[in-house]
Amino acid sequence: MTTGSGRWSDAGAMLGAAARWLTTPLLPEDYLGWVNPLWSAAQLRGRVEAVRAETADSATLLIRPGRAWAPHRPGQWVRVGVDIGGVRHWRTFSLSSPPRRDGRITITVKAGPDGFVSSHLVRRTRPDTLVHLGLPDGRFVLPARLPRRALFVTAGSGVTPVMAMLAQLAAAGMTSDVVLIHSAPTRDDVIFGTALRAMAARFPTMRLHERHTREHGRLKAADIPELCEDWADRPTWACGPPGFLADLAEHWDTHGIGAALRQESFHPLRYAEDDGDGGRVRFTLSGKTAEAEGGTPLLETGEAAGVLMPSGCRMGICRSCLTPLGEGTVRDLRTGELTSGEGKYIQTCISTPVGPVELRR
Amino acid sequence: MATLTDAEADELARELDELRREVAGDLGEADAKYIRRMIAVQRGLEAAGRVALFGSSRRWLWWGGTACLTVAKVLENMEIGHNVMHGQWDWMGDPKIHSTTWEWDAAAPAYQWKHSHNVLHHTYTNVLGRDRDLGYGLIRMDPRQKWRPVYLLQPFYNLALAALFEYGTAWYDLAAQVEIGESSEEELRRQAGDILRKVGRQVAKDYVMFPALAGRNAPRVLLANLTANVLRSIWAHQVIFCGHFPGDVQVFEEEVLEGETRGRWYQRQLLGSVNIEGGPLLHVMTGNLSHQIEHHLFPDLPSNRYVRIAPQVREICARYGLPYHSGPLVRQVGRHWKRVVRMAFPGGR
Repeated sequence: MTTGSGRWSDAGAMLGAAARWLTTPLLPEDYLGWVNPLWSAAQLRGRVEAVRAETADSATLLIRPGRAWAPHRPGQWVRVGVDIGGVRHWRTFSLSSPPRRDGRITITVKAGPDGFVSSHLVRRTRPDTLVHLGLPDGRFVLPARLPRRALFVTAGSGVTPVMAMLAQLAAAGMTSDVVLIHSAPTRDDVIFGTALRAMAARFPTMRLHERHTREHGRLKAADIPELCEDWADRPTWACGPPGFLADLAEHWDTHGIGAALRQESFHPLRYAEDDGDGGRVRFTLSGKTAEAEGGTPLLETGEAAGVLMPSGCRMGICRSCLTPLGEGTVRDLRTGELTSGEGKYIQTCISTPVGPVELRR
Repeated sequence: MATLTDAEADELARELDELRREVAGDLGEADAKYIRRMIAVQRGLEAAGRVALFGSSRRWLWWGGTACLTVAKVLENMEIGHNVMHGQWDWMGDPKIHSTTWEWDAAAPAYQWKHSHNVLHHTYTNVLGRDRDLGYGLIRMDPRQKWRPVYLLQPFYNLALAALFEYGTAWYDLAAQVEIGESSEEELRRQAGDILRKVGRQVAKDYVMFPALAGRNAPRVLLANLTANVLRSIWAHQVIFCGHFPGDVQVFEEEVLEGETRGRWYQRQLLGSVNIEGGPLLHVMTGNLSHQIEHHLFPDLPSNRYVRIAPQVREICARYGLPYHSGPLVRQVGRHWKRVVRMAFPGGR
């Protein structure tokens, strides 16, 4: 049997190689993706099939991923690329559904007050839109052997990865004893509110505590023992804004059970303030670091630090110095324009750091 | 050369920088659609041409297929390849339509061409001894180039160069590096290997694989592919030679590069470039190099924008008393050939 399938895959590989000769310098992929965007294995895409409002400012997007998608584990996240005004923007979102039999995935997005991409996804995305996808990633998941007891502590849209885990537990009959403590401004702001309440009503082994902060004030770690007496005996998954998680981590640490707390946080992209260019530049491939003054191009900073920096004309016209940006923000010395975003290519000959910057060189 | 004072040159730089900023700030959905549609049209034409040629025993399918393939190759090289590799579409953040990843359907490997074109030609435009696009090291284009008897033949080998332009450009960057003498022998050997591999794949595709698939139509397909490649080469050669040589464009001595300000750089680009007048079809088929002046001022602004900023550039030129060389295709081709013929003989104007 194995020889048979080997022969088939050999034939497939030969066919692939022959096709590559015919499409050179493109790949057969480029034509496949042209016929159907979801066929491309090189560029993973997904088609938005439905957009369902969750609250006034959040929505769940049902997406059919292309064939290169790999099944995820509940609690994992995915990078999503959206074209807005001709420019591709990448953001990370939790997958809010467990793996489904029909192969669809869902992400649930909350439109932040200055969330350019999240607002676009929540308010202006229509079914049939194509989005770009990364592969699922992240270690904020349930263990292979489901825990007997578990505590989930979430705030705002932090409930999305936990929703996927709860759905997984529900699918397994909710044999675990589960407590969810969730915090949101009002009852109407609870993302998945209806589904969570229905789930809690259906399974006696699940308890739901909603904390409406507009009315009862912010949820603090110190409140948790009151809401869940045996909190210290439960493996805990927490997700929410950075300040919220820091508070929880401190609480768990002071009780000496920090290892029982698993956290996931998405901090929004930090745009640098307008005061003070310059900053520490870390060259991640060569492992070198340099302090850069504002106004000095990154190309010169790198060369002075002994990093091999490709360059051409140094005038910003030839683009041979393009380098992928890691974390941080840079300023175009010609136009004053700021650029940030991991993976964006910047021209080191005309860019200066604004705050700490990482470059893949 | 300077008809402008230093202060005027600085003011010119400020105005052109401002124009650049306006366009860069205005890029959006419509521009992204333009290049994606252009790529789709190009791939569609190529696929249609290849398919039609399988039936090329019928005369009309041979002609139709060859025409589609020729147009596809012209678009691929000029409006798409040349411009993507300039980084004109990098702003979209699409890794497929990006100067760092694009490879084109021509003999020259993309990374080598980007060096010879984006770095050498665009930085040192029309500087004798630095810009090898001035005659590509083969043709005497300026009276200051020393005359040698071999130049008497240059009208003929300029024709041959046109037909084989694709292969000329493939070896062109390597020749430039040998001339500069900066690259090690090992590095040159590696690059020569890259060229041979690329040429091998290109030749295999057009002259072996596709003919072989056509069975008894193989010779017809081979001839069609050869025709498309040669016509594309001749067209590219004409357009490129029209960009910097017809009429009275200026050629500069190396001294201009010393301490050249941004304004003086802009001025040199203006004085050394020539536009071709025509309609939208001409602009697309030349990869918008019909707007050579705008392209040389702003090589990384998307090509579809040149036509719209041309009136502003022309107006700026008029205000500063700078020439704006422009003329219809036939006249520009005529002038470029006149120069090739004139410079074949000793002396010169």
